[in-house]
Amino acid sequence: MKDTDIKTLLYAHFLCIFSVILSVLIPSFFVEDFSILDTHLTWLCFCSLFVTSINLVLYLVPKPNSSSKRSSLSHKVTRFLKCCVYFLVSCFSFHVIFVLYGAPLFELVLETFLFAVILSTFTTVPCLCLLGPNLKAWLRVFSKNGVTSIWENSLQITTISSFVGAWFGAFPIPLDWERPWQVWPISCTVGATFGYVAGLVISPLWIYWNRKQLTYKNN
Amino acid sequence: MRYALYKNLAVLPFLRNFHPGARRWRWGSLRRSIRAGNSMVPGLTGRRSTSGRRSRMQKVLVLLFLVWVCLLFYAGIALFTSGFLLTRLELTNYSICQEPPGPGFLPWGSQGKPGACWMTSRFSRVVLVLIDALRFDFAQPQQSHTSGDPPVSLPFMGKLGSLQRLLEIQPHHARLYRSQVDPPTTTMQRLKALTTGSLPTFIDAGSNFASHAILEDNLIKQLNSAGRRVVFMGDDTWKDLFPGAFSKAFFFSSFNVKDLHTVDNGILEHLYPTMDSGEWDVLIAHFLGVDHCGHKHGPHHPEMAKKLSQMDQVIRGLVERLENDTLLVVAGDHGMTVNGDHGGDSDLEVSAALFLYSSTPLFPSAPPKDPETIPQVSLVPTLALLLGLPIPFGNIGEVMAELFSWGEDSRPDSSALAQASVLHLNAQQVSRFLHAYSAATQDLQVKELHRLQNLFSKASADYQRLLQSPHRAEATLQTVITELQQFLRGARAICIESWARFSLVRMAGGATLLAAACLLCLLASQWATFLAFPFRPLLLIPVAWALAGTILYAGLLTATRLKLDLVVLGAVAAGGSLLPFLWKVWGSWRSKKPLATMLPIPGPVLLLLFIRLATFFSDSFVVAEARATPFLLGSLILLLVVQRHWEGELLVPKLLTIPRLGSSTLTGPPRHSGAYALRLGVGLLLCTRLAGLFHRCPEETPACHSSPWLSPLASMVDGRAKNLWYGACVGALVALLVAVRLWLRHYGNLKSPEPPVLFVRWGLPLMALGTAAYWALVSGADEAPPRLRALVAGASVVLPRAVVGLAATGLMLLLWKPVTVLVKAGTGAPRTRTVLTPFSGPPTSQADLDYVVPQIYRHMQEEFRGRLERTKSQGPLTVAAYRLGSVYSAAMVTALTLLAFPLLLLHAERISLVFLLLFLQSFLLLHLLAAEIPITAPGPFTVPWQAVSAWALMATQTFYSTGHQPVFPAIHWHAAFVGFPEGHGSSTWLPALLVGANTFASHLLFAVGCPLLLLWPFLCESQGPRKRRQPLRSETEARVRPEEEEEPLMEMRLRDAPHHFNAALLQLGLKYLFVLGVQILACALAASILRRHLMVWKVFAPKFIFEAIGFIVSSVGLLLGIALVMRVDGAVSSWFEKLVLAQQR
Repeated sequence: MKDTDIKTLLYAHFLCIFSVILSVLIPSFFVEDFSILDTHLTWLCFCSLFVTSINLVLYLVPKPNSSSKRSSLSHKVTRFLKCCVYFLVSCFSFHVIFVLYGAPLFELVLETFLFAVILSTFTTVPCLCLLGPNLKAWLRVFSKNGVTSIWENSLQITTISSFVGAWFGAFPIPLDWERPWQVWPISCTVGATFGYVAGLVISPLWIYWNRKQLTYKNN
Repeated sequence: MRYALYKNLAVLPFLRNFHPGARRWRWGSLRRSIRAGNSMVPGLTGRRSTSGRRSRMQKVLVLLFLVWVCLLFYAGIALFTSGFLLTRLELTNYSICQEPPGPGFLPWGSQGKPGACWMTSRFSRVVLVLIDALRFDFAQPQQSHTSGDPPVSLPFMGKLGSLQRLLEIQPHHARLYRSQVDPPTTTMQRLKALTTGSLPTFIDAGSNFASHAILEDNLIKQLNSAGRRVVFMGDDTWKDLFPGAFSKAFFFSSFNVKDLHTVDNGILEHLYPTMDSGEWDVLIAHFLGVDHCGHKHGPHHPEMAKKLSQMDQVIRGLVERLENDTLLVVAGDHGMTVNGDHGGDSDLEVSAALFLYSSTPLFPSAPPKDPETIPQVSLVPTLALLLGLPIPFGNIGEVMAELFSWGEDSRPDSSALAQASVLHLNAQQVSRFLHAYSAATQDLQVKELHRLQNLFSKASADYQRLLQSPHRAEATLQTVITELQQFLRGARAICIESWARFSLVRMAGGATLLAAACLLCLLASQWATFLAFPFRPLLLIPVAWALAGTILYAGLLTATRLKLDLVVLGAVAAGGSLLPFLWKVWGSWRSKKPLATMLPIPGPVLLLLFIRLATFFSDSFVVAEARATPFLLGSLILLLVVQRHWEGELLVPKLLTIPRLGSSTLTGPPRHSGAYALRLGVGLLLCTRLAGLFHRCPEETPACHSSPWLSPLASMVDGRAKNLWYGACVGALVALLVAVRLWLRHYGNLKSPEPPVLFVRWGLPLMALGTAAYWALVSGADEAPPRLRALVAGASVVLPRAVVGLAATGLMLLLWKPVTVLVKAGTGAPRTRTVLTPFSGPPTSQADLDYVVPQIYRHMQEEFRGRLERTKSQGPLTVAAYRLGSVYSAAMVTALTLLAFPLLLLHAERISLVFLLLFLQSFLLLHLLAAEIPITAPGPFTVPWQAVSAWALMATQTFYSTGHQPVFPAIHWHAAFVGFPEGHGSSTWLPALLVGANTFASHLLFAVGCPLLLLWPFLCESQGPRKRRQPLRSETEARVRPEEEEEPLMEMRLRDAPHHFNAALLQLGLKYLFVLGVQILACALAASILRRHLMVWKVFAPKFIFEAIGFIVSSVGLLLGIALVMRVDGAVSSWFEKLVLAQQR
């Protein structure tokens, strides 16, 4: 593990943060009355779109993972389709989990689903980009001593912090402050976004500070 | 001969044969019983083994220790409650128009006149404008000519200009007072005070919890009985307080504090038209805008100025319309703090404005420069007498005498005489009340009461003498007035003393005691796992200290001749008994033991626990606890699953690590695949979510809709849906029954001849049948044909009682013979081989014994076999002891089921589905936790913190999902009528018990079931690797080792290490008490820190009460559960002893 790796990681993460910021700024140019709170669903779509595209670009350009040797077109297509299926499945399972955690079952279905989509964007999409549609690899990364590179390590940190952010986002909902952002699922989506951004910031720093202790099996 | 055979058979488990599905007696236990038997002298059956005695002694000590800890908590709760919840007895006596409060000569002989009761009425009509939270300085006239300092301009100052103008222009017509309000300064309590003239406390004992209606004598009631028309408009709190008392009413919801205008505009729409119509005698308008403005913006906001100006306009409009016979009263019910809140007792909160105006002259003199300060309740007797009504019975206010200084004649002393007579009337009424109150309870101080009575008799005698004497001296008149006023103020003071003051010292003391008890639980639960747990020093010394403290306190009291207070006495005893422990902690603190051992709770669980405690400090979270608890529970469950995965259990199934030198064999915990844990977790989440469908909504969240399934089936109109639901409920009942039976069958066998098993087989279905029949009768009672009415009524009395009786019988049977082991001998199953499994865990020091015992065993085996074959030559015999491996949990599960049925009966029918979910949920949770907990044989056994926390969370969650809320109106009162459809007559404890059992059913069930947390991992051992063989361990064992598969020891592991077993039970109890105790501590702290919060009486105080009662129920349940396990253990021991005894003969 070299410092240049960490630097690349840092730049990549900056790009991701940048995409989140862009998703706040850009739509206001061509959507009237755009704001995160009032047109929350629009923002969710944009944010999801931007973060996904940046992740895809990052996946295509610097190739942090050792891409598979076979690169026939059909293989790529199947891989892509598999990724799409994985993404959808993760969206639906998140939706189910939210409902199990107390989200309304019949009302606000679209809101809940878009929250599932944005959380999938923050967690599943990077996993898909980095690890591919490979459940075993995912399980390995998210277990003790399972990471094999700084990319996986940062993936672990950002994913966990996104979840934790979404979890903490649920806490203001019962308070009687009657703020617009306390409405389901705004505080949770915002919490997830903050968690994601925080994870993006923290993970390079954490890796940098712990670079002496971190030893990866493959490096 | 038969007897001898039976005896032989009883020993036959030694010849255990393979028997699928049966949990058989194990070699380890055999060894122990033989050892125990060796120490006995044959023939002297009465003597017990010393180890057994020690174990029994230890059990008693464990229970005593837990009882002591519970008592500490109780003492803390009682002390805190005595300081926080002030109580008062509500008397239901009424003042009657024709009966003046005492013998007396009234100066104007007014009794005969129409429309006059105790006095002639001065005004026939009153307009009462109640401006919520009208603080005194809101109405205070601005002193423009203060020299020196520049005038401070605050938004609320000088906005009520009309008052100022009236005071200046018509000084004899108007008067402004600073009215001194008694805490709690919440609107409902103030309204009670303003109409009854009393001091309402939070709990007015004797009041009806289900509604807020005022039962005491009050102004509105007196107005009604005098036939006056009362018109009300404004705050809908009055609707709850005086249902049906108004001839015309316009209520507006007071709920939304953010809404400044709806109520006020609504009133203004009706105020003037009503006033002009003249169809009223008393007009009450209760404006909320000022109060809501305070809550929303605070008093220093420009909005407040607008609101006050609007009120000013209202007053001006009213004054213009006022007629000569009408009195205008403008009053604030309480003040507000700098932030606009109220509820507490700060100066700003307790000073409200009171303004009186009449278009005829009312006062003999001009107002003083600084407005006089009077108690708020003074308004009640004043208004009553001005309107010619009797003073409400419970009034303790002092009449405002200056309003009565109008005499008929022009004699100089007539004004003073009028005042004296009014005061005397008032004093007679208060004296009558004090008499009645002190006869009903012992709240008031006897000595002080005596002094007051003497004062009153003296003043009364002086007054009578004064009336009789023709020459009334001004000086004697003044003395009488002063004496009467002294009496009235003294009476008020002693009432305030006992009703209306938080005792901060007691609150702090109670909270400290609770905190210390929590600390004790935390540390003792750590020490409990050590082998040499100092029972004696931890139990005997505290008792000695407690006694010492009590004696010291009692001595101090007798020395100072103060009244003995049981609560304080208990607290002193508890504090004294805690001293040695605290000393020890202090010592270890100074010796700098690592604190990590003191704080053993793992990080994530600690965080979750902390969040849970923090939620008690927010009224929103207390209100939303019904949703927050499942969320936290779900988080904990998911955390457990994820943690398992994180540890790598999902990927690589951990291989069993078998210690080669196996003095302490660690048979690994059942290692299931991670998907198994995941399935359990998802199932749990699903159950939690489904149970959440049965929530009742708190009244604070109007947007939320209560579950429609909480109502009883009888209230359903649609017959088809009713039938379907009935089917579902009966289905849930049957499912519960079948599940329990299947479980028992899985772990043992239902064919045992023991009475509890028979009861499970036959009694439980009978109970289910009774419950189903009762539901059918109750839900369809109205549809029954008239001929069967009597039968139905009789059955609905008998059936619930029969179910309860059956449950009680079952529990008795269970206590009588808890060991449901089947020793079975038969010829059916083929005997495959002689059976001997390795006992796991022989200490090396007993190696020779280990050698000898198998020899004995062999010998006996041979002998028995020979004997049996001699007796019965048909073939090999099968002998097995069933259910030993699950003997403890079988008893627990049976007991829980037996408990659940009567509790289920107390709830509405559809809650049975929740009970089914409850059992399912705890089953899943136990399995999930059992997968977490490693079995450390032979001890020490521990129950991890996350297990205990999850269990406590689930108890709370079930409290909510059975349709409860921690507020009094949400209590299921109908539970009191289950089995008693005609009511209970005069007895109160039985309905209280029924309602309590309904409310705290989940607390009770989970507390009793708490020991399952310890037992379940051992139970799950059987699901572990059944087919895995263990390599031979040592030479000794190899010799006796048969070539048989590993049979799990299960719960007999616990019996093998009785000391560890007791320690684990103690630890479990302490941990559960800690988790509950920290909750009650947090509630107490929240209630005391936020005692000035707006919601303290609405949210925090009820929460504290529910939590406290829940704690008491839970702790009793916990003790019962642990005692039950110990009883089973004792029974198992005696069972073994009997076996060994039989063997020795």
